[in-house]
Amino acid sequence: MSIKIKLFANFREGRGKIVEMDYTPGMTGQDVIDSLGITAPEIAALIVDGVDGKVDAMLAVPIKEDGYMAIFPPVAGG
Amino acid sequence: MFGYMGKILRVNLTTNEVTTEDLDFELAKKYIGGRGLGTKLYMDEVDPQVDPFAAENKIVFINGPLSGTATPTGGRYMVVTKSPLTGCIASSNSGGEWGAYLKYAGYDAIIVEGKASLPVYINIDEDKVEILPALDLWGKYTTEASDLLAEKQPGSKVLTIGPAGEKLSQMAAIMNEKDRAAGRSGVGAVMGSKNLKAITVKGNLKPEIANVEGLKAVTKECRAMLKENGVTGGGLPTYGTAVLVNIINEHGVYPTKNFQEGIDPDAEAVSGETMTEKYLIKRNPCHHCPIGCGRWVKSDKSADGIGGPEYETLWVFAGDLGIDDMEVVIDANYWCNELGLDTISAGATLAAAMELYQRGFITDEMLNDDVILKFGNADSVVHWLKKMGNREGFGDLLARGSYRLADFFGVPEYSMSVKKQDLPAYDPRGIQGMGLQYATSNRGGCHVRGYLISPEILGLPEKLDRFDLAGKEVWAKVFQDLTAVIDSTGLCLFTSFALGAQQYADMLNEVLGTEWTAEDVLLAGERIWNLEKLFNLEAGISPEEDTLPPRLLEEAMPDGPTKGWVHKLDELLPLYYKERGWDEDGIPTEERLEKLGLL
Repeated sequence: MSIKIKLFANFREGRGKIVEMDYTPGMTGQDVIDSLGITAPEIAALIVDGVDGKVDAMLAVPIKEDGYMAIFPPVAGG
Repeated sequence: MFGYMGKILRVNLTTNEVTTEDLDFELAKKYIGGRGLGTKLYMDEVDPQVDPFAAENKIVFINGPLSGTATPTGGRYMVVTKSPLTGCIASSNSGGEWGAYLKYAGYDAIIVEGKASLPVYINIDEDKVEILPALDLWGKYTTEASDLLAEKQPGSKVLTIGPAGEKLSQMAAIMNEKDRAAGRSGVGAVMGSKNLKAITVKGNLKPEIANVEGLKAVTKECRAMLKENGVTGGGLPTYGTAVLVNIINEHGVYPTKNFQEGIDPDAEAVSGETMTEKYLIKRNPCHHCPIGCGRWVKSDKSADGIGGPEYETLWVFAGDLGIDDMEVVIDANYWCNELGLDTISAGATLAAAMELYQRGFITDEMLNDDVILKFGNADSVVHWLKKMGNREGFGDLLARGSYRLADFFGVPEYSMSVKKQDLPAYDPRGIQGMGLQYATSNRGGCHVRGYLISPEILGLPEKLDRFDLAGKEVWAKVFQDLTAVIDSTGLCLFTSFALGAQQYADMLNEVLGTEWTAEDVLLAGERIWNLEKLFNLEAGISPEEDTLPPRLLEEAMPDGPTKGWVHKLDELLPLYYKERGWDEDGIPTEERLEKLGLL
């Protein structure tokens, strides 16, 4: 089983748009970003299995089997 | 008088009189400049019930006290008039260079009144101001008109309308430097109604600064904050505003097919990342802007490239039309600029037309054209934009905007608009605070009258629960008031991703010689917001129009991370009125108006 990590903006540099990772029970967003070399302060927005929230809280949420994360650096516009 | 040039230029197109007046410094400080002072000057002279296209209507072009100074992004100007699209106060903002050059010509504002008997343009070269014939320019697209004017007035910055403004489309924009737009609320049509094609401006004057060394210091500090900020020093310079496509889509609030859905599976094709990788030639910054979000992109229109689309434009000509083709969007953006059309309203009108076609209200017989207005039909976009801007065939009906189009068929609910102005690229069912701001915006559906997307989606300056209602009325008011301040200074709203009220107060203080606090400038913002509200009330805009399209209040989002949600405006609106110090019907109270110095 694997999970899908969607990366955006400069997080794609050297990593690509989508990273597939093997799923291990209980793995969290923190485990994912550690393995990607991304730190929590670099993240402005995070979605785990379709749910968004404060970054620190979302990094502690266990990811579902076959789940996904979307990770964004600070971006804005309008 | 520091910061301001101290002069207002008045041009009467009926009598051909050109006069100048001294700026009232105390009045200017009370309303700052730009959007605030422009609204005050306009309201003091014009009956709010005026027909926007009547000669009695006026149109104010105004910069701010920070325009033309060394402050970052200090080059913007505002166009204030009564909107032919909404009937509300219109204050439409543009970047580029023109606003700063109005100041270098020696003026804080131009008030244009009356109506010329034949097409004219105004040429301003400091004290030399002329009303000149424009018969040879009338009917010309933006680029050709701008090039002709640049030949006639070498060294001048050019502001012009396109055919859409000449033909009084309620969605007509005013263009400057060819690809910068005071886009919203149909201000270009007010110029057209006065037979005013363009204004050229140049000069070498500079405003006096109260504290030159102090301004250098605060400017250095603000520039450093902008550079170090992840958005203004990273995301925006690298990817432009288009970087929003993916993050808005991933949250399930990317309006798709006229807000029928909230996710577009192919949005990546028009994302900022794709634009940067495949289409970007260079950045295209405005006057004194260290951010440089503007894009210059590849196009078959010019070997050197052309101005690229912003996020809202990408969304409206892609997801909202069920098309995901960057080249179609770049072309649509180009043609909106050439025709002088607001990209948001023009695209949203096509989206409404496509839904009306989907539901059988618009038929092939009515279109009487080989190119069908149907979701997903890429060939239809530029084809119908040209007909819209030139008011040809069915395009004449499209030129009136989505509300009047849908209302023509007896189904205004298919117009995704507030106060007849089309909503931008965020579905409020999954962004409750933003929905409140849409509903209460003084110029109708708008994202730059308070951008709660920042905390609700982007996590800036902190992440709020986008579905939770708690405290959203407080956030909405603060964002609206601060936005009114920034719009009045002559700076760009994007600076607010890095700067706060204190920095704007600091810059104003060093330029004007004032001693304002952050609270003082926010109070000025609240004053401006209430002034605009008073205009709308006197113009006959009922608080009942503080609402959202029925779809967003009643139809749950069908899929994605926002699935099942509607907007809960009925719960938020009373809280917002109370937070503003207005009565339960949404009318400003005498007590609050007195506190704001508006009685």
